[in-house]
Amino acid sequence: MLLRPDLAIIAREIAPGSRVLDVGCGDGALLSVLRRDKQVDARGMELDRDNVTACVAQGLSVIQGNADTDLADYPEAAFDYAILSQTLQTTMRPDLVMEELLRIGRMAFVSFPNFAQWRIRLALMFGGTMPVTKQLPARWYDTPNIHHVTIDDFRRYIAERGIRIEGQWFLRGEKLISAGAANLRAQHAVFLLTR
Amino acid sequence: MSDARFGLDRKIALPGPLTLDGGGVLAPVEIAYETYGTLNADGSNAILLCHALTGDQFVASTHPITGKPGWWTRMVGPGKPIDTDRYFVVCPNVIGSCMGSSGPESLASDGQPYAMRFPVITIRDMVRAQALLLDHLGIARLYAVVGGSMGGMQALTWAATYPTRVAAALIIASTARHSAQNIAFHEVGRQAIMADPNWRGGDYYHDGKAPDAGLAVARMAAHITYLSELGLTEKFGRRLQDRAAKTFGFDADFQVESYLRHQGLAFTGRFDANSYLYITRAMDYFDLAEDHGGHLANAFRGSATRFCLVSFDTDWLYPTSESRSIVHALNAGGAPVSFMELSAPFGHDSFLLDVPDLDRVVHGFLSAGGV
Repeated sequence: MLLRPDLAIIAREIAPGSRVLDVGCGDGALLSVLRRDKQVDARGMELDRDNVTACVAQGLSVIQGNADTDLADYPEAAFDYAILSQTLQTTMRPDLVMEELLRIGRMAFVSFPNFAQWRIRLALMFGGTMPVTKQLPARWYDTPNIHHVTIDDFRRYIAERGIRIEGQWFLRGEKLISAGAANLRAQHAVFLLTR
Repeated sequence: MSDARFGLDRKIALPGPLTLDGGGVLAPVEIAYETYGTLNADGSNAILLCHALTGDQFVASTHPITGKPGWWTRMVGPGKPIDTDRYFVVCPNVIGSCMGSSGPESLASDGQPYAMRFPVITIRDMVRAQALLLDHLGIARLYAVVGGSMGGMQALTWAATYPTRVAAALIIASTARHSAQNIAFHEVGRQAIMADPNWRGGDYYHDGKAPDAGLAVARMAAHITYLSELGLTEKFGRRLQDRAAKTFGFDADFQVESYLRHQGLAFTGRFDANSYLYITRAMDYFDLAEDHGGHLANAFRGSATRFCLVSFDTDWLYPTSESRSIVHALNAGGAPVSFMELSAPFGHDSFLLDVPDLDRVVHGFLSAGGV
C-alpha cells in the first residue's frame, strides 16, 4: 500500500519504537505502516465511525473522538509524536488543537494543504470563485476545510507562539520541492514542531 | 484424550472458601460452565466470556429449559468472530445465578436452599469465583475477556483485579458504575418481586409457588430499558393486538403490552426471583472507581492489557458517555485502548443482535492478539 506523500514523509522521519498518536488517523494507513516498519506504539483518534471500525478491525488501538474536544484526556508528554495530517484545517479551533498536540506530544507533525499555492491564487483571482482543485476538491458549501491556511500564516502562528520548527517539507503533487518561495509553489506542507 | 473439565454443561464444586466483598465467605463455590474449542498446549488461547444479568453459560449451545439456541450463537462458534476453531472459550454462570452456579437456590450446609441467607455478592466476587475456575482449568492468563452489559462490568473488573492475567479486554455496551437511573430501574424490579405475596421473604422453594407475577413485572420494566424508543415504535407503534378496536378495558389491547407480558411470563420459566434480586444488587453496588480511591484511572494505571470498548448510539441504559469516561480513564493511565460508538437501532440489546460492524470489530480486535 502506497502512503499519501505527506504521510510517507512522516513515516520516514519517525524514530523506531516511539509512542505515536495520529489525530485524525483516517483508515489507519499511517499507523499500520508505523507499526509494521517502525515497531511504534501506535494509537489513533478518528471522528468517522466507519474509519474507526476499519482501524480496530486491523487491530489498531484507535478511539472515536474529536480533535477539538478529546485531546484533553491525554496526560502531558504521553507520546513522542502527536500527528495531525491534513486535519488542522478541519478543526473548529486550530490554535487550541495545536496547543494540545504540543502538550501531549514531545513533538508534533502537522501537515496541511497550502491555500496560497499559485494555482489557487490564480483560480480565485481570475475565476472569482472559491477554488476547486485536485487537492481541495470540495465546494465552498460542503468542504470540511473550515479554516483554510497558508504556509506563511502557519509560520507566523508558530513564531508568535514560540514553537520551534524541527523540520519542514514541501510537496507539489508527490514531489518534494525546495523551501524557496514555498508559500507560492507548494501544494502541501509538513512541519515537525516542538516547544 | 478427553478431559472431564472441558466441554458443554460442566459443573464443578471448588472448595473455596471465597472471601466476599460484603464480608462473608462462600464455601464450597459451585460453578456451572461450558467450554468450546480446544485449549492450546501452552494455554495461550483462552477467552473468558462473561454473561449479562439474565444470561447463562449456554452461550452457543441449546438452552436446556427454553430449547432455544445460545444467547450469542451469532458471535461464538467455528468461523464466527469469536472463532472456536482458534480460541478456547470458557463461559461460566455467575455466582448468585440460578443456572447451576452457587446462588440463593443452592443448598446450604443444612440441606435447605439458601434463599435470602445467600450472601450479598458483588461483581468482583463473581470475578474472583471465575478466577478460581480458571485455576481449576489450568488457565494462568487469558488471551481475552469479553462481555456485554453486566458481562462488560466483569471484564473491566477482571482487568482491574488481575491485570497480569488479562492480555485483552473487550467491553461492549457497559459501564464502570451504576447510575442513579440504573439503580432506580432495578429497585422497581426488586420491589415488584418482594411485593408478590408468593415471595414470602424468599422462602418459596419448597411448595413450587414462586413469585412469578413479581418477577414478570421486574422483567417487563427492565426489558423496556433494553430497547430504544425508536425500536419500540418501529416494532409496535400503537398497533392493536389481534383486535380491530380498543376494548375499553385492561386487556393487552396494544401489541407492545402483549409483547411485554409475553417477555415477563417467558422469563419466569427460566429464572429465579431471588437470583434476580441478588444479581441486580451486585450491579447496583458496582462502581469501579470507588474501589480505587474514587479515580477510575487508578483502576488501570500501568495496565498492559489491550482494551476495546464499544457502545451503541441508541443505548440509553449504558449510554456512550459511560464508555467514554472509561476511555478517558484508560487514556490517562496510558493503556492501549480502542473505542467506538456503533450505530444500531436496537438500544442496549444491540450487543446481542445483528450488528455486522460489531462482528468486524470483535474479530479484528481479538485477532490482533495473535494466537
